[in-house]
Amino acid sequence: MHSFGYRLNVLLTQAVTLLALMCVIASLSDTLNVPSPSADVRVLHINWLHKQRNGNDEVSLTMNISADLRSTFTWNTKQVFVFLAAEYETEKNHLNQISLWDAIIPSKEQAKFSYHTINKYRFTDQGNNLRGQEYNLTLHWHVMPKTGKMFSDKVITTGYRLPETYV
Amino acid sequence: MGFIGETIDSIKSIQIRQVLSQAVSLGMIVTSALIIWKALMCITGSESPVVVVLSGSMEPGFKRGDILFLHMSKDPIRAGEIVVFNVDGREIPIVHRVIKVHERQDTGEVDVLTKGDNNYGDDRLLYAQGQLWLQRHHIMGRAVGFLPYVGWVTIIMTEKPIIKYILIGALGLLVITSKD
Repeated sequence: MHSFGYRLNVLLTQAVTLLALMCVIASLSDTLNVPSPSADVRVLHINWLHKQRNGNDEVSLTMNISADLRSTFTWNTKQVFVFLAAEYETEKNHLNQISLWDAIIPSKEQAKFSYHTINKYRFTDQGNNLRGQEYNLTLHWHVMPKTGKMFSDKVITTGYRLPETYV
Repeated sequence: MGFIGETIDSIKSIQIRQVLSQAVSLGMIVTSALIIWKALMCITGSESPVVVVLSGSMEPGFKRGDILFLHMSKDPIRAGEIVVFNVDGREIPIVHRVIKVHERQDTGEVDVLTKGDNNYGDDRLLYAQGQLWLQRHHIMGRAVGFLPYVGWVTIIMTEKPIIKYILIGALGLLVITSKD
């Protein structure tokens, strides 16, 4: 009954169960945090807008991205992945989402930032619909926990418009 | 004739009941594990509800040996989500983040481009030759939960099969020798 194997088994089961319970509680505690982040995205300059050789339009932007995501950090947060996506509708596609820039924020101290940058990934359309195109810039962030459930949220800024002609 | 009688007696003394009950309890362990796995498949709608991260392409978010819980709902795929996808001609599924989405107006079909957070460029080099986009049918699920380190157990077992056999042998011995 109280053999070595039996005791070892009980000890291991107990340890694993407790560890799992602690992980669940840590993840649940994240839901108690109500973040109040702020973000501000500005397009400073359209560097160029042209048609690629394969017929797709491509544009290059210079942007200023500032945000304060400090309130999304909790004790169970490993990092926050933040990215800026251009979102627009064309005749062919009812949604186009193009990631323009992203960053990994490893700690709360670095969660208040302001970046002056051109788009890191190519802003290319499927087709040639970018002239005069209206689009939104949405700052998304994905909270990656040390353990448990992942969270995400976004701030949408509307009312941007690309130039009517190739520049 | 006494010899045969003795042999039968000695076989009877092995206690068939105990052997049977051990076999049944072993079977229960195996089947309950199978039930849990299949139930998870039903709940999450993904053909593999749990995956182990094998590469460092999503570091520092996901390291090798971490476990991801997948969910495959009818919800449309959006940029920023971490999806697990299969590329034609590749056996091992890949866990990367969606960076571009183009969703058709009429059919609702999607073109998706992915990238590993820790990789410099996007995944077009990993896709099949000439493939520019992933479609819905390539995607096995999206990651919703995360558990660190636990996947090392399976990584070690697949890379060093001897450890797996030792472990199975030891467990089997424990089951057979335990009298409770």
